[in-house]
Amino acid sequence: MSFAWAKPYEPKAPLMRWLDERLPLPRLVYGAVGGGYPVPRNLNYWWNFGVLAGLFLMIQIVTGIVLAMWYYASADGAFNSVEHIMRDVNSGWAIRYIHMNGASFFFIVTYIHIFRGLYYGSYKAPRELVWMLGLVIYLLMMATAFMGYVLPWGQMSYWGAQVITGFFSAFPLVGEPIRVWLLGGYAPDQAALTRFFSLHYLLPFVIAAVVILHIWALHIPGSSNPTGVDVKDEKDTLPFHPFYTAKDGWAAAAFLTVFAAVVYFAPNYMGHPDNYIPANPLATPAHIVPEWYFWPFYAILRAFTVDFILPAKLWGVLAMFGSILLLFFLPWLDKSPVRSGSYRPVFKRFFWLLVADVAILGFCGGAPATPLYVGISQLAAAYYFAHFLIILPLVSALERPLPLPDSISSSVLHGEKKEAAPAGISPRRGATAIAE
Amino acid sequence: MATLEQSAQGSDPAETEGGARRRDFLNVAAVSFAGVGVVAVALPLITQMGPPADVLALASTEVDISKIAAGQAIKTVWRKQPVFIRNLTPTEIQEANKVPLSELRDPQTLAERTKPGKQNWLITLGVCTHLGCVPLGTGEGENRGPFGGYFCPCHGSAYDTAARIRQGPAPKNLMVPDYEFVSDTTVRIG
Repeated sequence: MSFAWAKPYEPKAPLMRWLDERLPLPRLVYGAVGGGYPVPRNLNYWWNFGVLAGLFLMIQIVTGIVLAMWYYASADGAFNSVEHIMRDVNSGWAIRYIHMNGASFFFIVTYIHIFRGLYYGSYKAPRELVWMLGLVIYLLMMATAFMGYVLPWGQMSYWGAQVITGFFSAFPLVGEPIRVWLLGGYAPDQAALTRFFSLHYLLPFVIAAVVILHIWALHIPGSSNPTGVDVKDEKDTLPFHPFYTAKDGWAAAAFLTVFAAVVYFAPNYMGHPDNYIPANPLATPAHIVPEWYFWPFYAILRAFTVDFILPAKLWGVLAMFGSILLLFFLPWLDKSPVRSGSYRPVFKRFFWLLVADVAILGFCGGAPATPLYVGISQLAAAYYFAHFLIILPLVSALERPLPLPDSISSSVLHGEKKEAAPAGISPRRGATAIAE
Repeated sequence: MATLEQSAQGSDPAETEGGARRRDFLNVAAVSFAGVGVVAVALPLITQMGPPADVLALASTEVDISKIAAGQAIKTVWRKQPVFIRNLTPTEIQEANKVPLSELRDPQTLAERTKPGKQNWLITLGVCTHLGCVPLGTGEGENRGPFGGYFCPCHGSAYDTAARIRQGPAPKNLMVPDYEFVSDTTVRIG
């Protein structure tokens, strides 16, 4: 894997040599996240979020397995079993709040990770498959999160399940039979709850498997970097361990501090009070909204109000799925050979517009469906699709990027003369760009 | 027996018949049979997810409607879904019959949505045809929307006194389930 100067694994202890000849697992780890994986030396803090996402996947799996020891997926007992965890089980309240907010934080770090990839062109050749596997993980995460939210069997759980499986009924002819098949009945009930629990337990392990593929595909060309310039020689890289294990460790500690603050001081901030009311199939809550990480997509769903050839409801569902499937084609929509947005002045502006657009969609998705918010969602949804289908191809064809640095090391050492010069004596002018 | 090398070269004339080698036939036969096996295994795994017999057994339910006065409505349950049974007042029937069909998104007359001679009994699913919420309007004092029928709080779909969609995102009228009057005071839904 990766570069010629990657340090080979050399076990010193006899036991490790014995193991290496029989099952070279430590060799695999050393090459993947140890001293044997050379990483560009100029990664900034945005590159910590992949590891953070892996950390939150682990937190969710560990807390989830423990919760499953107390939870029972019964339409009569699920709600009470969650309350039992909260009130009676030792540390149950902490474990459940960690799991509940861990899902939100998993999405926060994943969204930052995705937008980092969008800004720095991490989806471009030769990392197209890394990007696409990442999208598969994202889709699996959304399915897992949705099914997990149904499990407490509160009002939002129940009606969320009703509305989301209702998406399928938008498809003509096959839609309603598919919905009934997915639910195992005509409305969400015991059958739906049990199967959601089964799949909610399964999917995180599927995610873990795709994460391994994601990392494997990443380690073939090696990590990208903020300049987007390819690694040229050993001067451009540092071994993952100890340099990036230390930096990731620092970032993990910093981020977990924020996480702990939310878990202990505002554990229900990102939830909905209605979900503390047991599910009632005969009464709908006044304002049904999904969890915040689905809001941008919910806004796109609701943005379609007029029948045009197809019913409006079907357009909404198609657009919502399309907004994610579109991202699979991103490596071929943005043809600019320059990866990093830092060297693409026009792209950079549109990138921040896209960030603002998704934020606006998110805000509208969480708001009630009044004509004002639906109108804003319509504009923002149109812009979302225009960004990828019209603006990006045009920008990549017409834009004149800034000159790229010769190499990562010259970019890193840029300005080093000034920093190294004795105080009060300015270095020679014009000799900054190329380092020795 | 022909060896692998011989048959791969096609040197043995006994192995070739009409351009297809015996090994090709064996390959196709084996893969097809394995395909049949996969389908046979997958079918029960797929069909098990459908509604089980006990859910299907709840397919019909009998309701006593003798206590519903004109202008009142009740919510009952059929196949775990809410059903609205409304005893329409003469004014409500008039209102429903006044609306020209051309104004309706899903054109249906009140007569088509009720049983002959029992036009005051409006029986519909209480499931909004948009995304499946339960509309308001059965209970005393609940918001019945601008058309005096039902109003869905989720995305603002408004139904008229014949439970037909008049405003909002829902594409269809509230569904009328199959039902029959067992007697004057009892209906069997399903």
